[in-house]
Amino acid sequence: MVGRGAMSNSIAELEDSPLIFAAGTNTTEAHPVIALRIKRAVARGAKLIVVDPRKIELVEYTNRWLRLRVGTDIALYNTMAHVIIEEGLYDKPYVAERTKGFAELREFLKSYTPGYAAEITGVPAAEIAAAAREYARADRAAIVYTLGITEHSCGVHNVQSLANLALLCGNFGVPNAGVNPLRGQNNVQGAGDVGCLPNYLPGYQPTGAGEVRERWEKAWGVTLDPNPGITKVTAIDEIIRGNIRAVYIVGENTAVSDANVGKTRRALEAVEFLIVQDLFLTETAELAHVVLPAASFAEADGTFTNTERRVQRVRKAVEPPGTAKPDWLIIAELATRLGYPMAYNHPSEIWDELARNTPIFAGIDYERIELQGIQWPCPTRDHPGTPYLHKDSFGPEKGSFQAVPHVALAEPPDEAYPLVLTTGRRRSTYHTGTQTGRALGFEELVPREWLEVNPEDARALGIGEGEEVEVASRRGRVRVAVKVTDRSPPGVVFLSFHFPRETLTNLLTTDVYDPITETPEFKACAVRIEKLRG
Amino acid sequence: MKGKARIDGRSVDCVPGQSIVAAAKGIGIAIPTLCYDPRVEPSATCRLCLVKVKGRRLPVAACAHALEPEMEVTSEDPDLESWRRTILALALSENPAAECRRCAEIGPCELHALAKKLAVSPVFQGAASGRFKEDSNPFIRRDYEQCIYCYRCTRVCGELEQAHAIAPAGRGFKSRIATFFDGGLLESSCTFCGQCVQTCPTGALMDKKMLGKARATEATKVRSVCPFCGTGCGIELHVARGRVIGVTPDWNAPVNQGSLCVKGQFGLDFIHSPERLTTPLIRRNGKLTAATWDEAYGLIVGKFQQIKDESGPGAFALWSSSRGTSESNYLMQKFARAVIGTNNIDNCART
Repeated sequence: MVGRGAMSNSIAELEDSPLIFAAGTNTTEAHPVIALRIKRAVARGAKLIVVDPRKIELVEYTNRWLRLRVGTDIALYNTMAHVIIEEGLYDKPYVAERTKGFAELREFLKSYTPGYAAEITGVPAAEIAAAAREYARADRAAIVYTLGITEHSCGVHNVQSLANLALLCGNFGVPNAGVNPLRGQNNVQGAGDVGCLPNYLPGYQPTGAGEVRERWEKAWGVTLDPNPGITKVTAIDEIIRGNIRAVYIVGENTAVSDANVGKTRRALEAVEFLIVQDLFLTETAELAHVVLPAASFAEADGTFTNTERRVQRVRKAVEPPGTAKPDWLIIAELATRLGYPMAYNHPSEIWDELARNTPIFAGIDYERIELQGIQWPCPTRDHPGTPYLHKDSFGPEKGSFQAVPHVALAEPPDEAYPLVLTTGRRRSTYHTGTQTGRALGFEELVPREWLEVNPEDARALGIGEGEEVEVASRRGRVRVAVKVTDRSPPGVVFLSFHFPRETLTNLLTTDVYDPITETPEFKACAVRIEKLRG
Repeated sequence: MKGKARIDGRSVDCVPGQSIVAAAKGIGIAIPTLCYDPRVEPSATCRLCLVKVKGRRLPVAACAHALEPEMEVTSEDPDLESWRRTILALALSENPAAECRRCAEIGPCELHALAKKLAVSPVFQGAASGRFKEDSNPFIRRDYEQCIYCYRCTRVCGELEQAHAIAPAGRGFKSRIATFFDGGLLESSCTFCGQCVQTCPTGALMDKKMLGKARATEATKVRSVCPFCGTGCGIELHVARGRVIGVTPDWNAPVNQGSLCVKGQFGLDFIHSPERLTTPLIRRNGKLTAATWDEAYGLIVGKFQQIKDESGPGAFALWSSSRGTSESNYLMQKFARAVIGTNNIDNCART
């Protein structure tokens, strides 16, 4: 295992990468500007390997599309690793010097033959072997992935099986390579970096680490709990059990965006005291006891950290509407009233407090990022930032191979629910539509939700283009119009979650989650399509 | 092919493949251009960047010629200036007004800025007319009356975006920029990234959302970062009369180098949505009703203290926002840990 949940390399490096391995990323829709780099790399001769069950736009840019069955990633990447090892295509000096666990991995992968993987994944054995050879023979190769990898109940293992490939071929610690998650929200990187995680203090410093905790105890003048807290996924269950009495949510429409959202709604309706701080009266805010009006990104100073770890300035351009206030100010005022004075004059003072106590940010301040952002780690004022990680080493430890087994979907299709529903995003809408839904003109590009159904399935079910149907899972049902398209493979249907008021997709999804990250399997649950009675 | 060349007598290092325009720009010499966008292959259609190269009989287009070792380039002399003024006057025949709507409401277009700089006024009368394209899409105004056929829009759409939504069509006076079957952009493969608008050197393509909002001279630009996905594209917010009236890409941002997608380019008017929350709300008799900050804070403080006294800090869960700044996220986890006393702090990354 290596690194953090951030791109190991930089966005710009993709353009000069000799091979891009895009797994579970619908880049042209979810990250259009990063997709430009991929398209331009292909235009100048880079190889592109696309792994996706759906016929996404990137498929048009490659002749190596591995259309695997939903949720069979580990079998595919394990088998690629097997081929690379058995054919001697791995980077032997790199593996010897910089990694550990190779012998165990090699032994573990013995059963992952291309023939075995072909049965599981549905990708022809020869295609898998060819992809493995292409990846291994490339001078450098960049793996990019998004939620198609992580939003599975085996999400962490999916990532580890991809990282094995990069370790085998020496693709960590060099430019134009690496393993690169493309993250979905403007500051999802920053939120984790600065410690909005139950097990980490800022800068991914564990809550239990004595020396680190002492540093923060001194900085904040309090005694800190060394035990990790609970994730929001676990918290939902704890609310239902009556153990959580107060919930404070900032800027998240969790009442429609959670998997198995029926359960989340029951919890939020039941909780004794709910505060929601947001720009709009979202579906989540409607359930609150107190709603606090927040300033938007254009109404406050601060920083966002992008998916390549670049800390960049956002600036106040206009005043917030009415009496709305920046998030930081609301939190500081509330803390002060609760007897813990927080007296910051400007967000730069908050940043400085963070940077003083967080080694990866120690060299960054507002002055240095006035013109251009800096990529962490940036430990000192004269450090230029880090475009790609692991240049000379993986830190004190070696890069460790992980032997991870293929597992079946948490909720495989069966007789009662014969189709797999996979969910995702579309380019011209963003998440639950609280913002793009209020931007003029977007309704003309994507007016509503639709269910993508393969022509074979549509024929078998006797449903046609544009027909309204009901989609049912074990947890709920929604109504939606059908689009017949070979973007979906047979047996798989697709929905976004952009129109929760009309089609609340997450009533269907399962909250069975990855045991390590607790990220639910948004990408696969069993459903059936029901014709409406005419 | 490394070596040195000279531009206007000044020594320049040759970078293999680098155009004369780009090399000149590197040493602070601005050769006038209209059809040039460094991100796509040169088309050398406007001929404005003609320069003289010692030993060559004819002038060359500086955008389409690489600077080679030993070259001696002259970028300014009376001949070149005379040619450029004629070319510019021809281009202006399509745009005879001293400024176009783009100049007035968004900011100076390249054509009129150059005409002003070189003090060129229109002397020719354009022959083509009736080329305004009624296009009902919500974002991009297409008025080819003002088009000078530099093909920056079609090259950016094809080469850079690879959307291939628009292409040159027709010949002579009937030549135009068209979609397949000459329909509107909504019926084409256009993704509304807005890059055609941003590269257009005239008022032919304009951001509909920015029109009718303010005079360009009133607006200031504030550099920021797009608030949608995790790419982190640099943007410039145009601000006038206390409102964000539009967006242009930050051309110097390392992440996007001027590119944007439909959300960052056209999706930011949610900032001034009439549905924005303007006061705190408190649930009274089952209904959310407007309240003051004092009332809201008072209620929270009372309730928090009661729950903490009765059940301890473990009865709290705080979920911060992946959409907010790092500073507010840092404070939220500090609030959870130092004020409430719990590690039950999370953000929307996992779900």
